[in-house]
Amino acid sequence: MHELSIAMGIINIAEKETKKANKKCVELIELEIGSLAGVELDSLEYVWSTAVKDTVLEHAKLKIDFKQAKAKCLECETIFEMEKIFDSCSKCNSHFKDILQGKELRVKLLEVV
Amino acid sequence: MCGTCGCGTNGVAITKPNQNLEHNHNHEHEHSHEHNHDHHHGDKMIIDLERDILSKNNIDAARNRGYFEAKNIFTLNLVSSPGSGKTSILETTLKDLKADLNFYVIEGDQQTLNDANRIDALNVPVIQVNTGKGCHLESDMIYDAVKQLKPKDNSILMIENVGNLVCPSMFDLGEQKRVVIISITEGEDKPIKYPDMFHSADICIINKMDLLPHLNFDLAKLKEYALQVNHHLQFFEVSATTGQGMDAWYNWVQTELEKNQQKNT
Ligand SMILES: [Zn+2]
Repeated sequence: MHELSIAMGIINIAEKETKKANKKCVELIELEIGSLAGVELDSLEYVWSTAVKDTVLEHAKLKIDFKQAKAKCLECETIFEMEKIFDSCSKCNSHFKDILQGKELRVKLLEVV
Repeated sequence: MCGTCGCGTNGVAITKPNQNLEHNHNHEHEHSHEHNHDHHHGDKMIIDLERDILSKNNIDAARNRGYFEAKNIFTLNLVSSPGSGKTSILETTLKDLKADLNFYVIEGDQQTLNDANRIDALNVPVIQVNTGKGCHLESDMIYDAVKQLKPKDNSILMIENVGNLVCPSMFDLGEQKRVVIISITEGEDKPIKYPDMFHSADICIINKMDLLPHLNFDLAKLKEYALQVNHHLQFFEVSATTGQGMDAWYNWVQTELEKNQQKNT
């Protein structure tokens, strides 16, 4: 389960930023996770409380901004939602598309005290 | 995660075969922050980050890639489900090519040293990375393993990732090419069940082809699904047991190795 590594990556970022800001801990952390980022939200939440123990994130409120994947068809310009990365255009079935959102895996914001 | 401090190594151990199993804890424990949890509020600060969570792995991967390019080392990342015969393909390849090419191997596995011992038996330099709870290799593990392995210039480094089709797809190791291996004893629909793995691979080796007459496996369907996910994917149909089809894969390795060396000189 790579969600533990993801949690560790988040902790790493939070520890560094908190230290850099000369603060003690994080009150709120906002993540941005796309539906095609390869992260199971349930699994992430499952490992979260164990992972953040004894870190600056131990008592932080976790807010996840989930982004449903969307693409724009390069043939007919339709904007459509994707379930899978290989989904074709919902209107003309073309495979040529620009992914607009859904691959996000970011720490968006930290509130530190 | 590290049991003593939770600082994120997942209990990773890096071992050479025949070396005593010691938990090689080479990260430093410098947790100097204080936990003073009777919050005196007031000085709240908002940090607008927009930071990619995988950025550390990606930076480490870039560092590995730079090292490989500088030393002209051609690096392959082999990924598959457990039981696809990945180690057998590697073994057969090493046996057939080691007289002509300089190989080094990094074996990823959660627990055991078995795979590294199989490679060690062929007298090819190998390092085992045990990932513990982690189900994939990350680029800092490769960095540590490479430091011990000390591959020579102009060699080939084969990285056998942990058997898992989900997690390794997210973690760039700094490799030049990614190879996904699937055997025909698995389902034809694997590529659409695990699209990220097939999407991020450069070539796909289809193993256990000697069993095709005995199985009800739709090879065309597998390829169709795989191409749906990644239309650049190139296929090699092989059997590590009988050796059938291995020559085409060897040719690919040789050609890519030469291309890589021309690019770096
Ligand atoms: Zn369209």
